[in-house]
Amino acid sequence: MAATPKPRVATVWLGGCSGCHMSFLDLDERLIELADRMDLVFTPIADVKTYPANVDVVLVEGAVSTEEHLHMAQLIRKRTRFVVSFGDCATTGNVTALRNRFSVDELLRRSYHELAPGGPATPSKIISPLTLKARPLHEVIPVDAFLHGCPPTADQIWFAVDNLLQGKIPELPNVYLRYG
Amino acid sequence: MPVITFTINGVPVSGQQSESILEIARQHDIRIPTLCHLDGLSDVGACRLCLMEIEGTSKLLPACSTYPSENMVVRTDTDKLKRYRRTIIELLAAEGNHQCAVCVVNNNCELQNLAYEVGLEHVRAQYLFPKKELDATHPDYIIDRNRCVLCTRCVRVCHEVEGAHVWDIANRGINCEIVADMNQPWGTSESCTSCGKCVLVCPVGALIEKGATVSEMEKHRAFLPYIMTARTKQEWIARAIEED
Amino acid sequence: MTIEELEERAASEQQRQAEFKKRVLTCTAAGCVSCGAGKVVGHFRAQVKERNLAKEVEVVETGCMGLCGSGPLVRVAPDETMYKNVDLEAAHQIFDEHVVGGKPVAAYAVDPKMPFFTRQVKVVLENCGRIDAEKIEASMAAGGYEALARALTEMKPEEVIEEVRKAGLRGRGGAGYPTGLKWSIVRKAQGDQKYVVCNADEGDPGAFMDRSVLEGDPHRVLEGMAIAGYATGASQGYIYIRAEYPLAIERLKTAIKQAERAGLLGNRIMDSALSFRIDLRIGAGAFVCGEETALMRSIQGRRGRPRPRPPYPSEKGLWGMPTLINNVETYANIAPIIRNGSAWFAAMGTPKSPGTKVFALAGKICNTGLIEVPMGVPLREIIEEIGGGTPEGTTFKAAQTGGPSGGCIPAEHLDLPVDYESLQLVGSIMGSGGMIVMDSTSNMVDVAKFFMDFSVDESCGKCVPCRSGTKQIALLLEKIRSGQATPDDLALLEELCVMVKETSLCGLGQSAPNPVLSTLRFFRKEYVDLLIPKLVYEPHEA
Repeated sequence: MAATPKPRVATVWLGGCSGCHMSFLDLDERLIELADRMDLVFTPIADVKTYPANVDVVLVEGAVSTEEHLHMAQLIRKRTRFVVSFGDCATTGNVTALRNRFSVDELLRRSYHELAPGGPATPSKIISPLTLKARPLHEVIPVDAFLHGCPPTADQIWFAVDNLLQGKIPELPNVYLRYG
Repeated sequence: MPVITFTINGVPVSGQQSESILEIARQHDIRIPTLCHLDGLSDVGACRLCLMEIEGTSKLLPACSTYPSENMVVRTDTDKLKRYRRTIIELLAAEGNHQCAVCVVNNNCELQNLAYEVGLEHVRAQYLFPKKELDATHPDYIIDRNRCVLCTRCVRVCHEVEGAHVWDIANRGINCEIVADMNQPWGTSESCTSCGKCVLVCPVGALIEKGATVSEMEKHRAFLPYIMTARTKQEWIARAIEED
Repeated sequence: MTIEELEERAASEQQRQAEFKKRVLTCTAAGCVSCGAGKVVGHFRAQVKERNLAKEVEVVETGCMGLCGSGPLVRVAPDETMYKNVDLEAAHQIFDEHVVGGKPVAAYAVDPKMPFFTRQVKVVLENCGRIDAEKIEASMAAGGYEALARALTEMKPEEVIEEVRKAGLRGRGGAGYPTGLKWSIVRKAQGDQKYVVCNADEGDPGAFMDRSVLEGDPHRVLEGMAIAGYATGASQGYIYIRAEYPLAIERLKTAIKQAERAGLLGNRIMDSALSFRIDLRIGAGAFVCGEETALMRSIQGRRGRPRPRPPYPSEKGLWGMPTLINNVETYANIAPIIRNGSAWFAAMGTPKSPGTKVFALAGKICNTGLIEVPMGVPLREIIEEIGGGTPEGTTFKAAQTGGPSGGCIPAEHLDLPVDYESLQLVGSIMGSGGMIVMDSTSNMVDVAKFFMDFSVDESCGKCVPCRSGTKQIALLLEKIRSGQATPDDLALLEELCVMVKETSLCGLGQSAPNPVLSTLRFFRKEYVDLLIPKLVYEPHEA
């Protein structure tokens, strides 16, 4: 009997602090079990450059804050069966959205001129332009499930991933509903 | 005063005609979510969370300011009402800047608890990310309008209980804001007695004490029915304060 | 003043008017003034002085004559020739050839046989554009205060209410609540003091019925209120009117002063036991202050925010006392009902909606203006005959009634009788009488967005669904218009509309989604055509 292929899982880091990914690592020994149950095909923790096709589950951390995030979000949506907003920034904008009260110009001036130790210079090539506002993921693409918390706890992540790997969308509203 | 019997969600209840359906529901341990209501203050029926269906009435009416009549059939738990409640919380979440992770009252917030109660997985309404002012000119307190839900508890407690009427509402519609006196910095208000009642009754992290950081502030509100019962009925309900 | 004195003053005014060879009436209501009626009147007056005709020609300023889109309007009596688009040149010609020469000027004359005039039935507007609104004698000569005199001398308050009830008059502010019933509730309600309030806070975009009545025949409204005061036992009346209506306010002030001096308002009116005062309260123009509970708070000097009903104003109104609140047009109907009897009134219109209704016709229609028709008249007759149809080269698409609280009635319902129930059946409302016509060039999503933006601006902000929900609806409409919305957005739009309608605190919020819901009902395709597909998972074949 041929082994059924393992679910293809990805994690993506958009406009967030990577705290959600740290929390993912807090799964500790459960990570070993996960390694047996899935293929991690794209993640900031591994060095993969392009987001592959036919991904079964993706956890997306962070708000959509730059042109690149926007592009990535749309790519993710087309190539993934289940898209999960991973943490408060992806779900509500949260801390990333605190910048929304300032204009992009004000932000760049403050960050790259007033507070620049090595001499003022506004990035133009390497860093993707900021969008007008940082927005939650589901305002940009349809999202299938939400993981809350800043960051979501390891138990919460386990609950969601465990369900998703069984092909189930975590029961909504999930038992771990908790903002902040 | 005649005693009235009627049903809420199929449960027979009794109460006086002068008691709101919300009061009677609470006496019978029937939970109806509220936000603008606070024991001890007048009711304004503004948040619309306590809306109920009453048999024979096509309109939904707020439990906080509707009074019972004999054999009334009240429902507060229909799917429609639950859906509407969730949408109201969505609308509130979208119109302000509610970043729980960095909020003083995180885990002690009525809006947050309501979001859990109604199962708010995500907000379908578009976040407005408004630019609202924070005023820290008062020596002891801060008002952060970004987190205000415009329940007007502060306006009412200041007017009805403290008698100072520092707070009122400026502008209208989506641009409404709570302002001090003649829309001036709170610290320059001459009518403010610094009693702090507004801070305690605020359901969210809009009115806060200085010096508290994320998740540190808890608000105790039992003082209000305590004061008001003493004033109106000359009765002391000190136990409520101790339990709070 | 006694009845005899009233009759005497009316007769002497009629006599005075009859002595003139010609009377030149010029509409100086807001519409005609804005296109130069002031200069025209000035010209007439100067001519009279120059030619020394003061004893033969009277120059009169009146209220609205109806055909507002073709102003300034002038009427020459007694032969009743009406002129439109009267500029200075026309005024000169009219005065020379008609007033002095006796020969009407065909170039500017309006055909009196056009359906715009022949299809109308004027009750509320019977004096509008025919009398000098600033003279109480002019009103008396046209039968003003006769009804008040009769009510005070011949009828008990209960009989007045009974007459109004039998007439079947329903509230002209929009909701159509039976007026007689409301009056009897206030009469029976317990209170040391009762109030009568006239809601003149007309705020719908495109509506100017109440303004025209107040500018053209203010005494009619005062008389209606005084009769209401007598019937309900109130001694104090308030007219709540917006500051945007300076001319109406001016004319009301004049009218109140004149009525007080004549003993028709104030203490012991016409030597009866009735004491009734009327004061003006000027609003700052917030739309929500047309909602009765917000209006009352505003009269009391507080922020105009609605409160939950019940208790209704008829039980607990101004300062907690029983308060009768009716609209301008409702009060304007009272005097004719008392004068001519309830049977006369009930014979007009339909059995469930008797009487007439004033509409302000605006938008893509040839004859923009103020009209009065019997209730139940088919919409087609208003649009095609009275209104003269849409501008050439376009076809009728929809009529919007009820302003931001109403809905659009599409061409397929053109034969709908215009009454309270029929309009509700197609998802609109009678409203206060604004009727905006749209033709084939109008985009219905834009129309919905226009009205929703109005509601967002005018929401008082008290309750969450109206404050935040209308904003979200407007954002979704903008998303649809800009071609960025998916079918999910349309579904959310519909869900929010129903939610705001059902959960808002007052009538403003409860009716704010109507323009969206009604355009969705009849012009859904215009919405759907703008949608884009949502992004979905596209499996890749290996």
